[in-house]
Amino acid sequence: MIRFKVNGQEKTFDGDPDMPLLWYLRDVAQLTGTKFGCGMSLCGACTVHENGSAIRSCTTPMKEVSGAEITTIEGIAPMHPVQKAWMEIRVPQCGYCQTGQIMQAIALLKENKNPSDQEIDTAMSGNLCRCGTYQRIRAAIHQAATHQAAKEPA
Amino acid sequence: MKLIDNLSANNNVSRPVSPNFSRRGFLQAALVSGALVLTARFIPEPLWAAEGEAARPFEPSVWMSIAPDGTVTIVAHRSEMGCGSRTALPLVVADELDADWTRVRLEQAIGDPKYGEQDTDGSHSVRSNFDLMRQVGATGRAMLISAAAAKWGVPAKDCATEPHFVVHTASGRKLGYGEVAAAAAKLPVPKKEDVPLKERSQWRYIGKESNSLFDLPEIVTGKAIFGMDATMPGMVYASIEHPPVLGQKIKSYDDKAALQVTGVQKTLTIDPFKPPHMFQPLGGVAVIADNSYAAFKGRKSLKIEWDSSSNEVYNSGPFRKTLEATSRKPCKVVRNVGDVDATFAQSAKAGGKIIDAEYYTPHLAHASMEPPVAVAEYRDGKVLAWAPTQNPQAVQETIAGVLGIKKEDVTCHVTLLGGGFGRKSKPDQVAEAAVLSKQLGKPVKVVWSREDDIRFDYFHSVAAMYMKAAIGADGKPTAWLQRTVYPPIGSTFDTKAVYADDEMGLGWNNLPFDIPNHRAENGPADYHVRIGWLRSVANIYHAFAIHSFADELAHNAKKDPVQYLLDLIGPARIVALDLKGDEAEDAKQYPLDTARLRRVVEIAAEKSGWGKSPMGKGRGLGIAAHRSFLTYVATVVEVEVDGRGQVHIPNVWTAVDAGTTVSPDNIRNQFEGAAVFGTSLALFSEITATNGAIDQSNFHNYQIARMNRAPRHIDIHIVKSEAPPAGVGEPGLPPIAPALYNAVFAATGKRVRELPLSKTKLV
Repeated sequence: MIRFKVNGQEKTFDGDPDMPLLWYLRDVAQLTGTKFGCGMSLCGACTVHENGSAIRSCTTPMKEVSGAEITTIEGIAPMHPVQKAWMEIRVPQCGYCQTGQIMQAIALLKENKNPSDQEIDTAMSGNLCRCGTYQRIRAAIHQAATHQAAKEPA
Repeated sequence: MKLIDNLSANNNVSRPVSPNFSRRGFLQAALVSGALVLTARFIPEPLWAAEGEAARPFEPSVWMSIAPDGTVTIVAHRSEMGCGSRTALPLVVADELDADWTRVRLEQAIGDPKYGEQDTDGSHSVRSNFDLMRQVGATGRAMLISAAAAKWGVPAKDCATEPHFVVHTASGRKLGYGEVAAAAAKLPVPKKEDVPLKERSQWRYIGKESNSLFDLPEIVTGKAIFGMDATMPGMVYASIEHPPVLGQKIKSYDDKAALQVTGVQKTLTIDPFKPPHMFQPLGGVAVIADNSYAAFKGRKSLKIEWDSSSNEVYNSGPFRKTLEATSRKPCKVVRNVGDVDATFAQSAKAGGKIIDAEYYTPHLAHASMEPPVAVAEYRDGKVLAWAPTQNPQAVQETIAGVLGIKKEDVTCHVTLLGGGFGRKSKPDQVAEAAVLSKQLGKPVKVVWSREDDIRFDYFHSVAAMYMKAAIGADGKPTAWLQRTVYPPIGSTFDTKAVYADDEMGLGWNNLPFDIPNHRAENGPADYHVRIGWLRSVANIYHAFAIHSFADELAHNAKKDPVQYLLDLIGPARIVALDLKGDEAEDAKQYPLDTARLRRVVEIAAEKSGWGKSPMGKGRGLGIAAHRSFLTYVATVVEVEVDGRGQVHIPNVWTAVDAGTTVSPDNIRNQFEGAAVFGTSLALFSEITATNGAIDQSNFHNYQIARMNRAPRHIDIHIVKSEAPPAGVGEPGLPPIAPALYNAVFAATGKRVRELPLSKTKLV
């Protein structure tokens, strides 16, 4: 029996321990905001947070999440400054990859409150967007950084 | 694009509407539980003429309704795959209705011919529906005004509207739309000619910067429902092992190990398609399981022996040589102006310069971020499906054909699409779900892996182009010959199709250059994989060849490429084209106007600072301008080639004239995205086959641009225009690759004539 938390709630799992967290979230827990894109950690659509850090849930087996605190897009209280910036910049086209992008961006801004273009590129290049919204993603991360700075007095 | 209509009509696939119909909307009102419901029916003219009205029962389709609480519900009958159609058309209705957009809800239409054509492709959602949606909204507004005026006992002409209210101008009295909806529903529907449309200056939403996607809040919070997220009570999951080579069938299979996998319930087979493959399932072995992962895992333990297929001969290297050999000989003429042969002969005799060049572009896969997926239930001879489809009517027809039921007995709900790019106009995976559900007696969700998506795509065609020009004393061509050869999309619908008749309008039979002698040809090619349309389709390779060649001629003549391009386009005029069918119809409303093409070239050049200052070492600018989907686009790409030969793209400038626009910021997003999509295919993407099987499988070997390799700044300039609306989803793509390659030439002096650039060492 694997015990862990998802969005603050205690969970247990006694199915196939090799099942990736992605499929537990989507098919078992019905948390479908986390997306399937490649199954090989190549696209980032499945990005969630494990103890606050961004991970690819498609290659994280359930046996490795024992004791972990998992946060999915559903566990982010809207409107998070990153989501707000995403709305303002009107980043999405189809939107499928965007929850993964947002989870990656939230993790980035946690570690680096004011990332440069270069640092954004480095942090975000594992997240593919076939619609090609990268320019807006970069702009939205800068804008979210500004929102966060305004929220947290220095 | 209209290819599907033409092609399937040619192949006796039953279609609810013919490709060439002019839609005639007949509006009428109905009272449904106190709400005004504005309905319309379509009668496609050719069908009407052929079968008579009696053959088509009156089936009103609900476009728009207003509830007593004032909530306006607008039907979105086009799919949302990221292009903004689902938002744009209801915005047009809401504007003419003078509705408050915050009180509008959208209802996504199921597939039904009563909505007219529903294939969200060809960049034509707005242009084909703009007038109708205006009429739907304006008619509702006129009826609400009439109802309020009657209530007040004043003439309707003394009343106006402000968002969601009818106002009596003189007294300032107001009635909310919800308050008069029931009364309005009892009124006769005014004739089209009696319904005033707003003046452009009165538009509140059309053309406004403030418009954003209707689904934006749901998208950023993860609540948006894509096909991947659709569920049905009691459903099981399926993953399917398809034959690696098109046309292979199962010889034998062993599922013992697969059935041992935790969560696997059983295996089932799916029959192979009957040629032509169209949108039928490929066939194969399905693993049925409790969840997606168990189905994937079970598949890995299947042992399947496939019999042979004639497509095992398909190898990309030798096939390229075949295409190129065909392109070097005379082919079928698709457009002829003047006398190319005589001009070449005269030029050769006079010792004039003749230049020729060959270009090659590979297969591409769509690689939408959401792989193909669908959930369907078969029960009592009927099918209910939920799918991320661009074409719910094709879902109905395909499932009806495969299961031998009536298409009216297939209900297809449309979810949001996690990208489409043309792949999701083909509903083979939805048919798979229906076939499996029939065998199992319960709802089935079919989930394709990324590997399935890339290996079993309807591929963008591989193509070879041959270009030849005779150069006059002024450096301009006196003759221009262009040949293109590739397996056509028609092969998906007709096994014998070898000519790309339906792709010729996609940038080949409409060269907008001022050249006295011009011939465009198309050569035959066999298919060995499923060929389909991918964002901007044949325009990709046609524009690559034409604009690479134009740039070659410019440099050969030692002319500035922008000036040379403007000289090629020539003076402002309407280009005379010999077109048929839909293209001829389009040309009436959308003539090929070189003034508009020149203008986007000039704007893109100006925005880029073309020729203003010398570029540093390893840097260069390139230009290309291409009209597709009736939209004029010019792009300048700036590249920087580093010491390792890696190409970086600091800037892209695109100027676009798409006529009247609905949501300008969405258009910018589309063209920004097209620059990235174009970068992917220019720099990285290639699909190849070995012995009939596709070599690539996931994003490690089928690469698309990541943030760090995408253009750093993309500047989109939209030309203000009152021309009829044209396409925006696709036309940004064709100029990107040639502009990028022309920039690489400017930066390095290397002329590369094949995609993608990663195959060529620049240093």
